[in-house]
Amino acid sequence: MKLETHSWPSSYGEEAKPRMGFFTDTSVCIGCKACEVACKEWNQIPMSIQGFTGRSYDNTIDLGANTWRHVAFVEQKLPIDARENGGNLVQTAERAQALDAGLQTYQEGPDGFRWLMASDVCKHCTDAACLEVCPTGALFRTEFGTVVVQEDVCNGCGYCVPACPFGVLDQREEDGRVWKCTLCYDRLKDDKEPACAQACPTNSIQFGELDELRERAEHRLGQLQGAGQEKAQLYLADDDDGISGAGAFFLLLDDPEVYGLPPDPHDTVHDIGAIWGAAAAAAAALGAALAVAVFGGRK
Amino acid sequence: MTEVRSYHGQPVLKEPIWTWEIPCYFFSGGLAGASAGLAYLVELRGNKVLGRRAWAISMAGVIASPALLISDLGRPARFLNMLRMFKPTSPMSVGSWILTASGATTSLSAINAWTGLFPTSAKVAKPAAALLGLPLSSYTAALVANTAIPVWHESHRTLPFMFASGAALSAAAAAVATTPPDHAAQARRLALIAALCEGASNEVMRKALGDQAQPYKTGLASHLGDLSRGCAVTGTALLARRGSRSRAAAALAGGLLLAAALGRRWSVFKAGVQGASSPEHVIAPQRQRVDRGEARGAARRQANVSTPEHELASPATSPSA
Repeated sequence: MKLETHSWPSSYGEEAKPRMGFFTDTSVCIGCKACEVACKEWNQIPMSIQGFTGRSYDNTIDLGANTWRHVAFVEQKLPIDARENGGNLVQTAERAQALDAGLQTYQEGPDGFRWLMASDVCKHCTDAACLEVCPTGALFRTEFGTVVVQEDVCNGCGYCVPACPFGVLDQREEDGRVWKCTLCYDRLKDDKEPACAQACPTNSIQFGELDELRERAEHRLGQLQGAGQEKAQLYLADDDDGISGAGAFFLLLDDPEVYGLPPDPHDTVHDIGAIWGAAAAAAAALGAALAVAVFGGRK
Repeated sequence: MTEVRSYHGQPVLKEPIWTWEIPCYFFSGGLAGASAGLAYLVELRGNKVLGRRAWAISMAGVIASPALLISDLGRPARFLNMLRMFKPTSPMSVGSWILTASGATTSLSAINAWTGLFPTSAKVAKPAAALLGLPLSSYTAALVANTAIPVWHESHRTLPFMFASGAALSAAAAAVATTPPDHAAQARRLALIAALCEGASNEVMRKALGDQAQPYKTGLASHLGDLSRGCAVTGTALLARRGSRSRAAAALAGGLLLAAALGRRWSVFKAGVQGASSPEHVIAPQRQRVDRGEARGAARRQANVSTPEHELASPATSPSA
C-alpha cells in the first residue's frame, strides 16, 4: 500500500488513522517565524540560545532539541533575471504573465533580488532511521504514521542523533533526553491541527492527510513550473527516494542543500544486512586468527 | 572535492553527542571480547598461566564496559531500558544483549579460572564467553557504520575488520604485558598477526573510502591515527625482537600496542564527529550521486499531474484562502 511504513497501519489494525503530514510550500513563506513561536508555546519548549548570527534573518540556526520548527533565510540574486543576467524575452514575458495572474512567490522583489524562506521541521520519514536504531523503543510510530519520542522511556543514549540523515534530533543538555517535533501528537488526538500549521498566516505550512497533500503539491509544482520557476521542486514527496518518502515534505525554489537539506538522504538501516554481514565475517575472522595464534606454533 | 552549496556553511547532520566514554568502550569491549576468546583457546591447549591472565583481563573489560556506557547516558538511571526490547535494526540494542551475556559468562569463567569455583557452570560459561566475545569485538563497528555520517557509513564493509583486529591486538598486548614471557608465545603470535591485520585493514578502509576518507586526514582524527600507527610499529618491533626474553620489554611493548588500539578507536570516533560537522563531507557525495545519475535524489522538478496554464490560483493566493 502506498505511504505504508513498517509498523503503520499494520500494527494498529482498526485503530489506525489516516497518515497525517505537512506540506510546506516555501514559495509562499514570508519568514514571519509564527510557526517557531507557536511550536515553542504549545509544546512548552525551553528557550534557545539567543544572539545575532549575521545570517540574514536567521537567528534560530537549526533544528534541535529546543527548536522543532526552523525558518531558513537565503538571500540570492535571481539567475534568470532578463535585465541583468542575460535571460531571454520569453522568460521575462512568462514572469510578467505569472505576476499578472496573481501567481507569485513572495520572495521576489522587483530588483532581481530574492529571499528564499523555508520553515524546516522533522520529516516523519516513511523509513525512519531514528526509530529503527532506537534501542529502548522510546521512538515509535503513532497511529497517524508520525514518529514520536516517548519522554518517559528515552534514556539519552544518543544513537538517533547521528542516525538521522537530516540532523533533526538532538539532546537537551540539562535534561539528558532527545527531543523533536511530535507533529503535535496531543493535538492530533483531539482532531486539531498542529500549532505551526494553525499559526501560519500564508498557508505555507499545510497540514492534512498525506495522500491529499501530495496531490495538492503536484498541482502547485505544475503551476510554478508553468510560470517559469524552473528550479521549483518537490522534496521528499515520492516513495522511491532514500527514505521511501516523508510525512513532512516540501516545495523548494532551489536545490535542497541551499536550504540546508541533504539532496539524497538515505535511511542507513537499508544497509543493515551488509552491515551485520561484515560484522559477522569480522567476528569469524577474529575466531580464526585466535585459533591460528594459539594452535599454530609452540605453547 | 567539487564545490558544494550549503546553508550558510551550517552542518547538515548533528554531531554524535557521545563523550569520551564511548571510544573508551570501543576499546574495553574489544579487549574483553578478544581476551575471552584467547583465554578459552589457550586453556584448551593447556596454557593455564596465560589463560588465567586473559580471563582476568576479559573480566576487567566486561566490568569497565557497562560502567562507561551507563555513565555516557543522558539518563543513567534508565540504563535498564536498554533491555526493554531486542531490535536487529539497532546494533546498540543487539550489543546491549551481547554485552550482558558476555558479562555474566566471562565473570563466571574468570572466577573459575582463579578459584576453581563453579566447575560445572564454567564448562558451559567458558565456550559461551569465548563465542560471545567475537561479536562483542566487532559489533561496535556495525553500530557506528549504521549512522548517516558518510565516513562511518561508507566504511561499513571494512570497519568491522579493523575493530576485530584492534580487539585482538589489545587482548594480545594486555596478555604479553602481564604474562611471564615463557608462557606468552601464543599471545606474542597473536599480537604480530593482529598488528599486521589492523594496519592492513586500516589501509583498505581508507582506500575504499576514497574522497570520503577526508575526515581522517584532519584534526584530532589524523593525529590520533598517526600516533596509533607509531605505537603499533614500535610496539610490534620491540615485541618481536625482545619480547620473548625480557619481561620489561614485553610489558613496554604491550603498553605501546594497547595505546595503538585505543588511539585507533579514538581516531575513528573523532573522524565521525568531524565528518558530521562538515557540510561538504555530507552534501558532496550526495550531490555527485544525483548529478551523475547514480541516484534519483529526493527532489523532483516534474509535476506528476499536468496543470492547465490558465489555472493559476494557488491555495494561498486564491481569494477564498
